[in-house]
Amino acid sequence: MTGAAWLLRRLVASVAIIFAVVTFVFILIHLAPGKPCGQIGGGEYVDQVVCDQLAKQFGLDKSIPEQYWLYLVALAHGNLGYSFSLHRPVRDAIADTIPFTLQLAGAALVLDFLLGLGLGIYQAVRANRLPDVVLGNVTLFIYSLPTFWLALLLLLIFGEKLRWFPVGGPNDLIFCPVVDSLYCVADRFWHLVLPASTLGLVGAAGTARFQRAAMLEVATQDFVRTARAKGVPERRVVLRHQLRNALLSFITRFGLAFPFLLTGAVLIETIFAWPGMGRLAFEAILSRDYPLVTATALIASTVVVAGNLLADMLLGTADPRLRVRADTDLVLTT
Amino acid sequence: MTLGTWLALFVALVVAAEAMRALRHRGLRSERWRRFFRHRTASWGLGILAFLVIVALAAPLITPFDPNRQIDIVHLTNHPPSWTFLLGTDVLSRDVWSRVVYGARVSLGIGALGALMAVSLGTLVGAAAGYYQRWIDAVLMRGVDVGLALPRIFILLMAVALWDGLPFPALVIAIGLTSWFGTSRLVRAEVLSLRQRDFVVAARALGADTGRVIFRHVLPNAAAPIIVSAALGVGNVLLLEASLSFLGIGIKPPDASWGNMIADGAPSIYTAPWSTLFPGLAISLVVMSLNAVADGVRDALDPREEPA
Repeated sequence: MTGAAWLLRRLVASVAIIFAVVTFVFILIHLAPGKPCGQIGGGEYVDQVVCDQLAKQFGLDKSIPEQYWLYLVALAHGNLGYSFSLHRPVRDAIADTIPFTLQLAGAALVLDFLLGLGLGIYQAVRANRLPDVVLGNVTLFIYSLPTFWLALLLLLIFGEKLRWFPVGGPNDLIFCPVVDSLYCVADRFWHLVLPASTLGLVGAAGTARFQRAAMLEVATQDFVRTARAKGVPERRVVLRHQLRNALLSFITRFGLAFPFLLTGAVLIETIFAWPGMGRLAFEAILSRDYPLVTATALIASTVVVAGNLLADMLLGTADPRLRVRADTDLVLTT
Repeated sequence: MTLGTWLALFVALVVAAEAMRALRHRGLRSERWRRFFRHRTASWGLGILAFLVIVALAAPLITPFDPNRQIDIVHLTNHPPSWTFLLGTDVLSRDVWSRVVYGARVSLGIGALGALMAVSLGTLVGAAAGYYQRWIDAVLMRGVDVGLALPRIFILLMAVALWDGLPFPALVIAIGLTSWFGTSRLVRAEVLSLRQRDFVVAARALGADTGRVIFRHVLPNAAAPIIVSAALGVGNVLLLEASLSFLGIGIKPPDASWGNMIADGAPSIYTAPWSTLFPGLAISLVVMSLNAVADGVRDALDPREEPA
């Protein structure tokens, strides 16, 4: 199978997966007890007549298959619907949160990978000696911390006791309500430090453990021994022979880590009052905002699928050996 | 803490240490156990887990107070750690130590049951897909693809928040049903390579029926990844439950789980950090031990790599 055919097949499969996720979420949220209006969740004291009218206005009085069909038709036209709880189009509500989510995820990813890769390589070079053992235990501990608890801890120490960093929100409300100057950009970074390091540190610990194992696995292979035997300098063996091959599994990890930072940040965004997509989704669920919930699930699953596809494509580019295997439908990511 | 509770705690420690010593002694005969125990962090992890399980089982003996009793709501709210209240009291004047110990029952229970369910389901699906192949494989694995693309935390939030007041078993089932996809892929890959091996072919040729081949010949040889993903799974499920409880939608108050204790303590974290710190430490300790045990099992059952 050629590369183009492979890509086409993967794209079709990806669309099918996203479609299935949307269908599943649609069914689940409509099955759930409670309605957006007139019951727990939204407006207990709203008059029944008003509720009926609102339900009619949003098409909630129709049967569920009919609603599903209408939703799909709208979706096919690129229309994500109208949010009940925010009284604005879903597309705008989500578009507002995306920059914040990307900034948080981006900063966390940079910290995660730089620190994680560095530590992992250093540990592998010093394998089973004191620095490796100490770092191994430290990363094991950090990797095991619940992120939301670490967030509270960092808030307590650096936000409240030392007052080095702000305790929440994406910017200073008085001096920087909108980011329009260099000072405000710095202010944004300053607000990013705690939430991004919470996510980044836990991620980096995982990356370091993962990278150390990958490096050591490569280290046992023949070509590394050959390189050493023919007198290649140690530095070059590590960076050229070991690291390049160990980076292959890192690509897979990248594909998996990226979507997690978008959806897994629900708690961090809640704790730090960060107006990102995770928090939006959580609030949408609590207020039974059907279109908004389905749309966030749609985006989350798209990112997961895209991350996987991207990782597989990068793997194929980076390692010609895998291109052959991709034909046999072997799943490269576990 | 009274003398009796200290004594009970001490006994629990001794029992755990003795159990580990016995296991180690017996394990010396088997190469795998020896390799496991050579892994120092892994043996510590197993010891800590054994201790915590004993503590959770013997909770009434080890706790000086009823975990849900508000001892003195006027004078004893947010009392700092002392000899009477080992880990202090929380905002409702409940003893944090007692709640951490009883919370271990809930948290470890959900972790173990949820992971058991997820791993069994994942193993069954993975084995079926890998063994039967053809359309069964195609259908099951496309399903798994969808499952892996589901934003799991959203699905759980939906399930738990919308079906308000989900009872404990339903929570376990919801977590189990959304956590098995990764395991099934691992098991499938393992089964795919095992079913070609001579001993499996021989078993089939001798007329063993499919169930026997799968459960007696194939799966025991895929034990390593299954055990590892079970150990990691317990930690993941525990963290998931803690996250849900932290958001106020997991285990309902007044019952203690480590997650909802952190949520209860969070508003007063600046004045009374102990009611937030200790349950969090408990979670970290368990998850860390589980990760260490998973590392040890991986090294013990996979002799290719040098033990770390």
